[in-house]
Amino acid sequence: MLSRHTLALGLGLMMTTALAGIASAQEKTLRIAMTAADIPRTLGQPDQGFEGNRFTGIPIYDSLVQWDLSKEKEPSVPIPGLATEWSVGEDKTKWTFKLRPGVKFHDGSPVNAAAVVWNVQKVLDKSAPHFDASQVGVTASRMPTLRSAKAIDDMTVELTTSEPDSFLPINITNLFMASPAHWEAKFKAASASDPAEKAKQAWTAFAADPSGSGPFKVTRFVPRERLELAANDAYWDEKRRPKIAKVVLIPLPEANARTAALLSGQVDWIEAPAPDAAAQIKSRGFKIYQNVQPHNWPWQLSFAEGSPWLDKRVRHAANLCINRSELKEALNGMMAEATATYEPGHPWYGNPTFKAKYDPAAGKKLMTEAGFSASKPLKVKVQTSASGSGQMQPLPMNEFVQQALKDCYFDVELDVVEWNTLFNSWRLGAKDPAARGSHATNVSFASMDPFFGMVRFSSTKAFPPVSNNWGYYGNAEIDKLIADARTTFDDKARDVALAKLHTRIVDDAPFVWIAHDVGPRAMSAKVKGVVQPQSWFIDIATMSMD
Amino acid sequence: MLVYLARRVVYTIPILLGVSLVCFALVHIAPGDPLVSVLPPDASAELQAQLRALYGFDQPYIVQFLRWLGRALQGDLGTSIASGRSVTTEVVTAVGYTLRIAVLATLIGFFFGSLFGFVAGYYRGSAMDRIASFVSVLGVSVPHYWLGMVLVIIFAAILGWLPPTGKGDESSLWESFRHMILPAVTMSVIPMGIVARTVRALVADILSQEFVVGLRAKGLTDAGIFRHVVKNAAPTALAVMGLQLGYLLGGSILIETVFSWPGTGFVLNNAIFQRDLPLLQGTILVLALFFVILNLLVDMLQTALDPRIQRS
Repeated sequence: MLSRHTLALGLGLMMTTALAGIASAQEKTLRIAMTAADIPRTLGQPDQGFEGNRFTGIPIYDSLVQWDLSKEKEPSVPIPGLATEWSVGEDKTKWTFKLRPGVKFHDGSPVNAAAVVWNVQKVLDKSAPHFDASQVGVTASRMPTLRSAKAIDDMTVELTTSEPDSFLPINITNLFMASPAHWEAKFKAASASDPAEKAKQAWTAFAADPSGSGPFKVTRFVPRERLELAANDAYWDEKRRPKIAKVVLIPLPEANARTAALLSGQVDWIEAPAPDAAAQIKSRGFKIYQNVQPHNWPWQLSFAEGSPWLDKRVRHAANLCINRSELKEALNGMMAEATATYEPGHPWYGNPTFKAKYDPAAGKKLMTEAGFSASKPLKVKVQTSASGSGQMQPLPMNEFVQQALKDCYFDVELDVVEWNTLFNSWRLGAKDPAARGSHATNVSFASMDPFFGMVRFSSTKAFPPVSNNWGYYGNAEIDKLIADARTTFDDKARDVALAKLHTRIVDDAPFVWIAHDVGPRAMSAKVKGVVQPQSWFIDIATMSMD
Repeated sequence: MLVYLARRVVYTIPILLGVSLVCFALVHIAPGDPLVSVLPPDASAELQAQLRALYGFDQPYIVQFLRWLGRALQGDLGTSIASGRSVTTEVVTAVGYTLRIAVLATLIGFFFGSLFGFVAGYYRGSAMDRIASFVSVLGVSVPHYWLGMVLVIIFAAILGWLPPTGKGDESSLWESFRHMILPAVTMSVIPMGIVARTVRALVADILSQEFVVGLRAKGLTDAGIFRHVVKNAAPTALAVMGLQLGYLLGGSILIETVFSWPGTGFVLNNAIFQRDLPLLQGTILVLALFFVILNLLVDMLQTALDPRIQRS
């Protein structure tokens, strides 16, 4: 007969063990607060910029080529994903991709050439039953030359571009593979009779219950509130087989709300904590991770007739007169000093002769040579916004630069407009009335892809309104450098060609380079194995929790 | 009464039509592209034109408006450009969430507002009046988003008693309620201040009327007189409360953003920033509809409470 005490002790032990088990299970759930105001779209091609790719792209889906997110010290580079190898044909417009055998979507259907063709069609083939206009914008613009796909055999697919384009393998990191079989099932279950309406319903149903081949599967989706993911234990890449059983993604657009959520233990990880709260976050035992990102926060200069920036000495002077380390201090360290679009160490950096370091004496000398002085400053007008995606803290940062340049004989006028207005004006160019006579625009941008980092700002084919060469910078020589890079298909040789282009850009200084974002995120100390790569993305699959 | 009700319902139609027309015009006058959420700025001109045609934004404004209106009359508010979800579902869900905290905030605001108002009005000129008036002025004046942040810092970040954001796990009623407390208390401050000031003025006015002197002369106790004052002040206080509920339903953008509460304010805020035209128009239309219905209900309630108010 057990005594009362023994029984109580036994029950107590059992309860403690059970509670510890529950606690442990709870701890294996990683709760992440995103900056997005809604769950980024889950149907394969996420919205909400690269935060979408970070949280509802890469964890749920795979692409043919993916980013290497395993290194902190080196720039993130494209590596094989669902494709194990690829090559370009004789005419340089047909690419052959060999697919990884044995990969399955979360619904069990195979990832094969037909599935890849289907995924290209979803955004490029208007006649395809599953064509979805809502996914076109965020996809087609990121792979501007891709035109079609064809299955060569079950595990080989051919992609065709409109012109020779060696950037294609980088571009297609943005094309995520959704399961055709799962979509077909949703299509069959849709109630509408009109095929277009039925397809729309199928995509809506697919978004609520998606199927990719990534390391995490969607288990619950509540619009605007939460997305729950569970580990895909059958993931093809053993190194990326998740150690965390469950991930919960919560949209929290307000920085102070995110910080409070972390401090109160409501979440384990927040994106972009409020900069003022960094010290408090650290003092409460949380860790802040950051690393330089392929992001630029510059002034893009106008080369239109009458622009004060037409004089190269003035452009160099502005780059030399900004004490970027002081600006970094003002932002509590939450930026990296920008001296070019790509920094030394990056394969595309090259060997520019101009170095955008802090040297106000050299800057003043150049300004004096150009005919300006304290009593005769150069008037420049810069258009910026008070907020916006990737804009960091535009007003205090611009005021800092304004003050810094004042010492170098610049009289800077800031024209602050609403974010969407600035965004639209970016496309319309410096000569358009939307620029309101500005000589520079301050729109931040992603530069992980050579087209987005360099070509669209330096090609004469990218003059407004075609693309974002707002300042009309470019000439035949630069176009030739671009063409060389685009038609060089050996990866290393292409990098050399891109480095030549970057060298030319840095020497010409069509930008005042100021800052790179560092993607700060604060996490509980329980989250282990965090690698913050030099990328907009981060790999949750390789993390673990205590 | 029925004729009055029918007339009010008919009046609703031009109001809603006007609201939708003004909203449509304002959204199109404002700078920005309605496809900004699905079309990055680096998209080619060809792609822009292609998507504009696919979404029907290449059509003349009048055609776009009439198409939208035609669908709205059948209960279909379209599809959100940003999320691809049905606007009707989005708005109905959001209204449900806003209604929860708006009703709770109105109840808190009405209870404390009436309490402060009656006390201040009944004891006019006393220290209690000054305290109650100070609290009500504070309620009207304090920026509620600031108050929200302060409450979050105190009760969530420092004390850890209440969750700072979101709506919580709905499977637990208690957990759900805990998530409502901070936003509802923050939201209640304005109606509390307004109701308190209105009731104070009403009570002071009623107390100075002859019938109160008559009641006192008849020997009625203070409690009896208080009951008469309450009865006379109630219709106006209720009308104010109804209007406040209407304001709270549509005017909680800041609070819902601070607390990431997925209500109409949160949805509207996102729709504005993303230039999500169908969602913006749908939400405003539904809110306008709510406001009109609420006003109608308040008018009817007033009539029921005070037969002297004749509706003809």
